[in-house]
Amino acid sequence: MKIDIILAGVGGQGILSIAAVIGEAALNQGLFMKQSEVHGMSQRGGDVQSNLRISDQAIYSDLIPTGKADLVLALEPMEALRYLSFLSVDGWLVSNSVPYVNIPNYPEEEKLQESISGFQRKVILDVDSIAREAGSVRAANMVLLGAASPFLQLDYSGLEQAVRHIFGRKGETVVELNLKALSMGKAIAEQVLKP
Amino acid sequence: MNKLLLLGDEAVAQAALDAGISGVYAYPGTPSTEITEYIQSSDKAQKENIHRAWSANEKTAMEAAMGMSFAGKRSMVCMKHVGVNVAADPFMNSAISGIVGGLVFVAADDPSMHSSQNEQDSRFYGRFAMIPVLEPSNQQEAYDMAYQAFELSEKLGFPVMLRITTRLAHSRSGVIRREERAQNELHFSDDPRQFVLLPVNARQRYKRLLAAQQDMQAISEASSFNTFLPGKDMSKGIIACGIAYNYLMENFQDGCPYPVLKIGQYPLPKEAVAQLLESCDQLVVLEEGYPLVEEMIGGLLNVGNKVTGRLSGILPRDGELNPDIVAAAFGLKTTKLYEKPEVVMPRPPALCQGCGHRDMYDALNAAIADYGERAKVFGDIGCYTLGYLPPFRALHACLDMGASITMAKGAADAGLEYAVAVIGDSTFTHSGMTSLLDAVYENTPITVIISDNEVAAMTGGQDSPGSGRLEAICAGLGVEPEHIRSLLPLKKNHDEMVRVIKEEINYPGVSVIIPRRACIHTLKRKKTASNEN
Repeated sequence: MKIDIILAGVGGQGILSIAAVIGEAALNQGLFMKQSEVHGMSQRGGDVQSNLRISDQAIYSDLIPTGKADLVLALEPMEALRYLSFLSVDGWLVSNSVPYVNIPNYPEEEKLQESISGFQRKVILDVDSIAREAGSVRAANMVLLGAASPFLQLDYSGLEQAVRHIFGRKGETVVELNLKALSMGKAIAEQVLKP
Repeated sequence: MNKLLLLGDEAVAQAALDAGISGVYAYPGTPSTEITEYIQSSDKAQKENIHRAWSANEKTAMEAAMGMSFAGKRSMVCMKHVGVNVAADPFMNSAISGIVGGLVFVAADDPSMHSSQNEQDSRFYGRFAMIPVLEPSNQQEAYDMAYQAFELSEKLGFPVMLRITTRLAHSRSGVIRREERAQNELHFSDDPRQFVLLPVNARQRYKRLLAAQQDMQAISEASSFNTFLPGKDMSKGIIACGIAYNYLMENFQDGCPYPVLKIGQYPLPKEAVAQLLESCDQLVVLEEGYPLVEEMIGGLLNVGNKVTGRLSGILPRDGELNPDIVAAAFGLKTTKLYEKPEVVMPRPPALCQGCGHRDMYDALNAAIADYGERAKVFGDIGCYTLGYLPPFRALHACLDMGASITMAKGAADAGLEYAVAVIGDSTFTHSGMTSLLDAVYENTPITVIISDNEVAAMTGGQDSPGSGRLEAICAGLGVEPEHIRSLLPLKKNHDEMVRVIKEEINYPGVSVIIPRRACIHTLKRKKTASNEN
């Protein structure tokens, strides 16, 4: 088993909390993992990415080679497209649909949609709205993770367990909110995957 | 023992704690910051009162670490690569004096300049000082090497450098710990001359360093961190240093067909290199950073171009390595199915919305708008360096920590009418104070803006040792009290700020303006932390 994931977003959006849940679930299943992060200057509103690699064999490179990623998981649609060249033949794109506009030359929505719609294997969803429905916009990351869960080759219960552990110190209400957000994201992906 | 999921930086920190350090000394700098932060948040460090406060700069950090070693205890000193330049004086001399308590010097290099102004390779410093350098390829090795480096340092009587790079520093993986070792007892050198580097003593100490080179070489030859992996295809022999080994093996998942010498400890193991060179048609050197090893083996002339790498051109001369670059060096094809669509725009970092630096730059730009080429603004290292970018376009220089003030001074000496320096609070106490003293000494007409957000913000909000005493420091250095002006950088104070800046840049002497407002990120984090507790 081997899965290579590129997590993408804008500095401050919190892609690392998604990586933390996946990472913990993977370690609990006794898998190897490597996860490289971006710290420093780019975190100030720039594009950030994390390479997350999970395998039942030892992993060499901290970075995923071009054309080898199984999944690009993005909190922002233009950031999702930035890493398209890393996707493999069977790779999936799972992304938030809502742009984060903090640059003057951000592309027009229409052109962005056009670019995304040209790609077949994808789950695009408005994670903020769904998180609000689940109870709070703060659970948006878990909606995205839920939408990615069918592609992760990890037990869904393992992801739930990691959510419980990571959010546990914030109390049961926060845990339940995040679990609900996770399952709502998962439901949307399953809808897309239906034959 | 259970695996811990650690960043490379954290693995180094955990190893130091397990190896029984009595103190870590450091100034924050990407990608080294998380080493010290990990120790600061460790229960063990608190319980045993292991020294872990930030130092004013890398030089003071290195000197304090030497003091701890003088007193017989183990110490670690950590910095980013350009910090090694700041610490270079005590660093070079630490190899002359040698150590008593084990001293590990961690240099975190930043190839590709993710967060730096150059990509210098600290292995050169290790070679320059003639001390052993360890270079891990993964998080477990980072742990093991840091742990063993203290023993090696005490065995040899010299500091040992641990060199890591951004990718390893900021990547997480499982790490297995070793046995915890107690701290050293306070004890001193048997030789009263050891740390007194008067020429008469220093000449003796230097001879001792030269004599020790043989031991260091012998230890490297036998080191388990330098390993040979046989291969059948002798058309190429590969030398893979540190993390470069990972990118090689990523491309040869089922085993590398060529013989590989994996390097993790310097000086280079001469015998193993010679054997590989003789048995193969061509040598491929994979190293993260400058072509140090390639140049050492190939020499000046590299007759027959037998040694290849970054210098020969099979790999790029600059920037970080990755699996694709290494694949190309072996003629392996990568599969790229999709191109990045043209709609994707670059998204450079920017000053946060609501940041006080923004208000400072708006006011500064307005204050000097009329002066055109007669005004230049000298920047410094920190978040506020982003003032160079649109919409501010406020900076004309940024060289190194503290250079804003001294470059402004030099330009004023040359005849520039309005020389303005912009420096952060932490950078000012790191290296700006002596610069200011130079200006005060000659009463050079410069205006220094210390944009104070009360933390080292770019690296994540570490304490700034000058917090709460910047005015006192400037007055103490001799700046006239009426030309030390404190401001609150807010939109509503824009007009007042413009007026004050105009007044001070027209004063023909040294003035200091201190716009002060806490970093909004640090405030937010503190609020979250207090809500959770």
